[in-house]
Amino acid sequence: MTGPLLRVRDLTATVTTRREVIQAVRGISFDINADEAVGFVGESGCGKSVTAKALMRLAPEGASIGLGGSVAFWGQDLLGLGEDEMRDLRGRRIAMVFQDPMTSLNPVMSIGAQMGDMLRRHLGLSVKDARERSIELLDLVGIPDPARRIDDFPHQFSGGQRQRVLIAIAISCEPDLLIADEPTTALDVTVQAQILRLLLRLREERGMALMLITHDFGVVAGMVDRVNVMYRGEIVEAGPVDTVFAEPQHAYTRALLDAVPRLHETGAVR
Amino acid sequence: MTEPLLQVRDLSVLFPARRGAPPVKAVEGLSFDIGPGQTLGLVGQSGSGKTTAGRAILQLQKASEGSVKLLGQELTTMRSGDLRRMRRHMQFVLQNPYSSLHPRMTIGQILSEPLQVHRTVPANRIRERVEELLELVNLDPAMTRRYPHEFSGGQRQRVVIARALAVNPDFVVCDEPVSALDVRTQAQIVTLLQSLQQKLGLSYLFIAHDLAIVREMAHRVAVMFRGRIVEMGSAAQVYDSPAHPYTQLLLDAVPVPDPVLQRERLRRAPPDLRFLDGDGGACVQGVDHVRAGTSEWHEVAPGHGVSCRYWPQGRSAAA
Repeated sequence: MTGPLLRVRDLTATVTTRREVIQAVRGISFDINADEAVGFVGESGCGKSVTAKALMRLAPEGASIGLGGSVAFWGQDLLGLGEDEMRDLRGRRIAMVFQDPMTSLNPVMSIGAQMGDMLRRHLGLSVKDARERSIELLDLVGIPDPARRIDDFPHQFSGGQRQRVLIAIAISCEPDLLIADEPTTALDVTVQAQILRLLLRLREERGMALMLITHDFGVVAGMVDRVNVMYRGEIVEAGPVDTVFAEPQHAYTRALLDAVPRLHETGAVR
Repeated sequence: MTEPLLQVRDLSVLFPARRGAPPVKAVEGLSFDIGPGQTLGLVGQSGSGKTTAGRAILQLQKASEGSVKLLGQELTTMRSGDLRRMRRHMQFVLQNPYSSLHPRMTIGQILSEPLQVHRTVPANRIRERVEELLELVNLDPAMTRRYPHEFSGGQRQRVVIARALAVNPDFVVCDEPVSALDVRTQAQIVTLLQSLQQKLGLSYLFIAHDLAIVREMAHRVAVMFRGRIVEMGSAAQVYDSPAHPYTQLLLDAVPVPDPVLQRERLRRAPPDLRFLDGDGGACVQGVDHVRAGTSEWHEVAPGHGVSCRYWPQGRSAAA
């Protein structure tokens, strides 16, 4: 395979809600290579989540979305794809983990049923095989005693465990690209560290590309190879993560970096 | 030392048994003081009892044991009429600025309400006071006719703060006041809370799970785990020389905005959390404090204390 896994050129996204029409993404271009982790950093409203949704051709809740430009996935144009083909790709080749694990799981379905659905539809596994595979996946993401927990419902898991379940669902079909949109924002620091470690480990074990979206520069620091900083629907700075931290060029990037609270006032960290 | 503004002693909250589940000790034996113009940071993971502690101090949750004194007055046994009058001295700023403002009320109505309830200013001065409050939190006084949905998260949190300050309180419980906001907005709200403290001599109980934010806000810090304080000291003591392994665990988990360091941290073996299992009732030195009638609290430096519960086997706690 040649070229990047994902090549985005002049992507625009116009979001139409009942109240207004927003030019959420204003012509951005970027690549994500296979095995690469790329961070998208910016504040709420900067267009980072809409960008992620646009790649999956999904509209933000309660809105419709109009897309322009091009999105090539392994050279295949996603914006021209039919809805059926797109549905095949979504979840199987490109998977997504959202911020709020409470709302992204179906509260009246057991975890096993939700995972089984996905595995049967995308990979054509039998009920029995799907169940076995689900237990393996829950074990992989660190849910203790998965064979017993698989029949539990979302409310029976803690916030961190729910996020692990979502990650298990997302990686169940071995996607080439995992999009994680603020995957740790609702979580405690210790749980956040566990989830970040899990994502890092999965990426290394499976050679999966990662698009990590967050408002917190601290979260991307140890996780990604390159960073895109977004502001008002545009990428205002892009570069290797070490360079962007060491020598931020754009005033907005500097403002975001300065806003990250530091534990030790001297800047020295144990 | 001057008289503390707030004095909490052996405060416990017990949630009764429900549907076969055993009773839960959400808060157990909490003791601390907050001086005038001071901030105590209360940190810990979700479920550690931070929010319940804040609510019990404000008498929004019944304490099962212990004492809470504000301005020298005991609150836990106070009659409800007296308590209502005390409420103008103590206020609450909550986490979610989206749900804590009534969507059908204008900013002006939201800010006038506490003034009418507590009658802190005469009716003909309410409008003036509302404008003053908006200026105090750096919002345009012309905003009084607008509705919450017209504001950003940061602006709404400013309104929530203005509402808390309407009655000139002495003490404010801030429960995760910035965790729903972007980092830049967080920094602005923290700066605002600090400048208000300077200007008005406010005391804060600042509850948060984000240790870095607490470091910026707090003079003293208490670390909570399973309803108990396991370590307390000045911000410098707790952050620069943490004594309890749980505190160390929390500090190690905070992401560092430095790619080289943070990469190295994430690649380290994850911490062994087994020492946190069980009820932690046993002292690390094998002393039965309940039977011996001694305290599980050990002072490691003046003003810096640590509990001998929840320690890994074989590691000795402070003597």
